[in-house]
Amino acid sequence: MLKIENLHAGIEEKEILKGINLEIKAGEVHAIMGPNGSGKSTLASVLAGRDQFEVTEGSVSFMGKDLLDMAPEERAREGMFLAFQYPVEIPGVSTTNFIKTAVNETRKHRGEEPLDAVSFLKLMKEKMKLVQIDQALLSRSLNEGFSGGEKKRNEIFQMAMLEPKLAILDETDSGLDIDALRIVANGVNQYRNSENAFLLVTHYQRLLDYIVPDYVHVLYNGRIVRSGTKELALELEAKGYDFIKNEVDAISQD
Amino acid sequence: MSNLIHTRLEENFRASNPAQGPLSDFSARSWADFQTYGIPPVKHEEWKYARVSALFRDDLQLPISIPAVTAADIDAHRLPGHETATELVFINGHFVPSLSTIRHAETDLMIAPLSEAAAGADAAFIAANLGHSAAYHPDGIQALNGAFAGAGVFIRARRGKQIEQPVYIYLISDSRTGFIFSQPRSLVHVEAGAALQIAEHYITLGGQESFTNEVFELVAEQNALVDYYKIQHEGSTANHVGTTHIRQTGKCVTNAVTISLSGALVRNNLNMIMESEHGESHMYGLSLLNGKTLVDNHTIVDNVKPHCFSNELYKAIMDEESTGVFNGKIFVRKDAQKTNAYQSNKNILVGERSAANTKPQLEIFADDVKCSHGCTIGRLDEESLFYLRARGLSEQNARSLLLHAFAVDILDKIKWEPLRQHVDALISERLQFEI
Repeated sequence: MLKIENLHAGIEEKEILKGINLEIKAGEVHAIMGPNGSGKSTLASVLAGRDQFEVTEGSVSFMGKDLLDMAPEERAREGMFLAFQYPVEIPGVSTTNFIKTAVNETRKHRGEEPLDAVSFLKLMKEKMKLVQIDQALLSRSLNEGFSGGEKKRNEIFQMAMLEPKLAILDETDSGLDIDALRIVANGVNQYRNSENAFLLVTHYQRLLDYIVPDYVHVLYNGRIVRSGTKELALELEAKGYDFIKNEVDAISQD
Repeated sequence: MSNLIHTRLEENFRASNPAQGPLSDFSARSWADFQTYGIPPVKHEEWKYARVSALFRDDLQLPISIPAVTAADIDAHRLPGHETATELVFINGHFVPSLSTIRHAETDLMIAPLSEAAAGADAAFIAANLGHSAAYHPDGIQALNGAFAGAGVFIRARRGKQIEQPVYIYLISDSRTGFIFSQPRSLVHVEAGAALQIAEHYITLGGQESFTNEVFELVAEQNALVDYYKIQHEGSTANHVGTTHIRQTGKCVTNAVTISLSGALVRNNLNMIMESEHGESHMYGLSLLNGKTLVDNHTIVDNVKPHCFSNELYKAIMDEESTGVFNGKIFVRKDAQKTNAYQSNKNILVGERSAANTKPQLEIFADDVKCSHGCTIGRLDEESLFYLRARGLSEQNARSLLLHAFAVDILDKIKWEPLRQHVDALISERLQFEI
């Protein structure tokens, strides 16, 4: 589904990603972990098409197409979803109105008819249950005055509405209390199936107790320095990132 | 202004203003003021962006006679809900009763040509109130309108009448024979306890340039409720200078919403004169501009008496090479203690060559007041744009959605729903939102 090869990217003159290789297949859940400043969020941003980052080398293919050649909206319509670490607040735009536009633009892209009001409402009701989000909240201005938990639930609600093939969750666990974390994880787990895939970007192992990954990768200094299964996350939690840093730094000095 | 145009204005004035008419004194005084002040030159501080002097060209046609305009000519421009509204029509600055339709009962609403009303029982009221705005605009262009005030209209909402259906005023410039100059004048009296909604809508017939120089004065008495709407959606060659002067002579609530969507040079003066304690006024403005349109909003809140509240929010979106100007004056006189006055101006520059000029101007002579002002000029938020695009919205739709969201809190101040929907549709069409 997603194939990243030797990806180098940075901002202005500073290189942040220094040769990422990663392949994600349908049905898989991958977690990217790493210390602060390792490039986790940059990777998520580059994949979603945020234009302040410049890709200097490497390639990314998504569903067999050149991802880096696509505008952010094309990536979304092709089935990529980014749950933002800091969802923006937009006064004057309700979630309902905006997600309707988003759903219909995606349907148009796939050659499908736009949803009529009744079918749209039905779909919304169904997905609202997934993350226990309230209709009243969705009628309000997008994320304006929402709590941290409400914002993240809104992200997962939008994901469920758009039915992406690959969902990238950028630190979705940050700022969540344990109840909100459970709700969000539950939404993800219900949406998870053999046709789609997830890339979880997280600093802590905690999220992975609720969304169990198939693979865990450790990002450090812009490279994936270690890959493994979910046990790797537990090892990191126990030993901290320092043991990986020391290992990697020792190797690069040789 | 050339000698030629001045000579023709003078001929026009002499021809239209018989010395015996009931408004002759007012007109003569205004004409004298016009001679004294002249048309504001470019170097005039209040007129440095709205360069009106350039409009007084030799080819400017003065409205000597009223051209043949039919009801059918107006049909395409009527505002929604007109079937139950009172529709008043001005052609080239002249109020034309034969094209107007009064759908309100005479016991609710009185409407008469200004010169007729001034000759009857309302002579004293008109003498006391017509031209009250002149002191706030000591310039030749305001005075020039006064010289031709006889062609205007007088409207009265009668005491205690809650008038639900609006009054629509269509101010039509017939430019089919050339660059026409129109000077409409209105005086509105909202008596104690009356409620009135009034909307002004500007229309240019024919594709040529037009120039409207309007003065609209309104007096609101104790417990009156006034909702005033000014909708500008003319061609790109329409020029407009207008003064809306709302005076509260009793404790009451007055709201004004000014929507500017097109034109060449547009200057809106809006005055709220708070002459009674505990008065409340709201002033909202939205400019959505493109091409080379210049819209200059000058507002004045004059707090004469204590305990008044005023709130002002003006927003503008400038695309292409358009220019937005905002100048907000708030006067708090020495006796106007406990004044609450708020002002905010927000601008989004979309076009690479667009511009915004904003200037708050507070003159406070009382020592126990709350006044605030603020302004912002910026571009669309990149993070919001990216967020919407990352959900699959095209860049165009993402921009449209954000700009519409910016405008929506002003749109929501239009309380007359058919009018709100109409303006919303015009804005959505301009923003090219599409699925």
